[in-house]
Amino acid sequence: MKTDGSMTMAQAAGAVASGRTDAEGLVAEALDRTRAIGSYLNCVLQLLDEDALARARAVDQKRNAGEPIGPLGGVPIILKDNIVLDRGRTTCASKMLERYESPFSATVAKKLEAAGAIVIAKANLDEFAMGSSGENSAFGPARNPWDPTRVPGGSSSGSAVSVAARIVPGALGSDTGGSIRQPASHCGVVGLKPTYGRVSRYGLVAFASSLDQIGPITRTVEDAAIMLDAISGHDPHDSTSLNLSPTSCAQTVSRPIEGLRVAVPAGVIDEIAHNGVRTVYQDAINACRSAGAEIVEVALPVFKSGIAAYYLICAAEASSNLARFDGVRYGSRASVAPSQGLEAMYKESRSSGFGPEVQRRIMLGTHVLSSGYYDAYYLTAARARRLIKEAFDAVFRSHGCHVLLTPAAPEPAFRIGEKSDDPLTMYLEDLFTVPANLAGVPAITVPAGVVIEGGVALPVGVQFHAAALQEDTLLRAARMFEREVGFDAQPPAGL
Amino acid sequence: MGHKHPPTNDSPALLREQTHRIAHLARLELTDEQAAMYATQLSRVLAYVEQLRALDLEGVKPMLHPHDRYGEPVADDPREGLDPGVVRRLAPESEGAFIRVPKVLGGTEGGGA
Repeated sequence: MKTDGSMTMAQAAGAVASGRTDAEGLVAEALDRTRAIGSYLNCVLQLLDEDALARARAVDQKRNAGEPIGPLGGVPIILKDNIVLDRGRTTCASKMLERYESPFSATVAKKLEAAGAIVIAKANLDEFAMGSSGENSAFGPARNPWDPTRVPGGSSSGSAVSVAARIVPGALGSDTGGSIRQPASHCGVVGLKPTYGRVSRYGLVAFASSLDQIGPITRTVEDAAIMLDAISGHDPHDSTSLNLSPTSCAQTVSRPIEGLRVAVPAGVIDEIAHNGVRTVYQDAINACRSAGAEIVEVALPVFKSGIAAYYLICAAEASSNLARFDGVRYGSRASVAPSQGLEAMYKESRSSGFGPEVQRRIMLGTHVLSSGYYDAYYLTAARARRLIKEAFDAVFRSHGCHVLLTPAAPEPAFRIGEKSDDPLTMYLEDLFTVPANLAGVPAITVPAGVVIEGGVALPVGVQFHAAALQEDTLLRAARMFEREVGFDAQPPAGL
Repeated sequence: MGHKHPPTNDSPALLREQTHRIAHLARLELTDEQAAMYATQLSRVLAYVEQLRALDLEGVKPMLHPHDRYGEPVADDPREGLDPGVVRRLAPESEGAFIRVPKVLGGTEGGGA
């Protein structure tokens, strides 16, 4: 059976399990699509062709022998290239790790492989996951399949593009301040950031450890549930992973929630400057009503402080995490004259290995953690962070809402280069996504409509949040919305 | 070290010289041109985050992590680490059983200030 990449993960797994298609064929076609489309969109940094084909053949042999192949047996997937695999390279889209080969695989990769999935490639990203456009890659920007002159969003740029362009049905990204959800929204696909601690971070190259979380990018809410079920659960290798069993959201995702209460932030509509995004968001509220939900307006003024708190906290944590890249134990080392000594080697290696945005955040973090500024900046941001968490608590407890609905991003995908000279403007792109990371709650973006920009249709998503560990509720509400809206637009064929 | 108040919006938060100092703390080397660019950009970011001071944060406990309690104690049992050969292969420069680095003392910058 020839496929065109339009199968969902659930369909692909079913097709392999039933013998309607072979895993090898499915993987070979995904590799072909990557070579045909992926190189133009620059969404993939490395293909694992022979390795992936060999693993696919092993799945086929197991199935033919009547052995279990796992719930994702033979399904091709792509990992963001800040998630390590024990083969090939893990570059984080940085010159610093251009030739880095990890000696072990991330827990999420092992879990997906244990479920039968086949990793066919590593996806492009903003360097060390720092960016909101995909432009901060040392290996060039990924392009948006809806309009290749535009960014796909970031930092999980290549993961979102690979799923939107139907190269693979699912990919993993990582989300520190919106890095799964914002590119998913800009590419017309589904992006889920789980509750902090739901998914092991072991083998994710750390950016901001109290905010980072790995999650799926898929084309349907059901597939997001399937992937979450496969990657979640306690991991003794990650001390921040919660001592909980894996989720079983795929079983329940299609059950509507009776008496669904959807919170919307008071006044948010007036704050959306982009007309198209405002219309899509307003329509999304109406779609929730049509699906039987009650809309509850809640005041969330503290969310406006999210960006300020977030960029102080993430920069502080990044400056600490990225101190490990010193040219000694791994990564690139600049050659300096022996007489110059160790410190010169550190500085040369770091200055030539890190790109501008990474250096900017390391310096911001170093400054806000430095003596005399720690209270004024870092602790102030950490106090604001608590207010944001308490605001979420009020939505879900005091107001008794199941989910909170916000826009996913202030505007649709912008043109490559449009914001790259102004870091602050780029940071504001994360306005609606950072609160979930600060509070640690799960959030999902779902395609909601399209807007026309420069004669081109661009997708726009909306975002649902739920209380910590309520992924089941979150996914069921998102599935109700998905069904109600029936988004079926696709990027233009023949890219 | 006394408490330093963040600068007001009227003056740039960071001067080029300060940016060089921060870069040194972060073990980065900047040209004057880069230092001037980062000084301007980071000053804008620092001016933006001043809005946090308008929040009523009196008595609010800083939230450093999403979990109130994390880091469950684990048994202090030895576990297998990476094979030393693997570690040496990852290092940019190694010699025999050791990772090689430039000399630690006596470099032109005083070797690790």
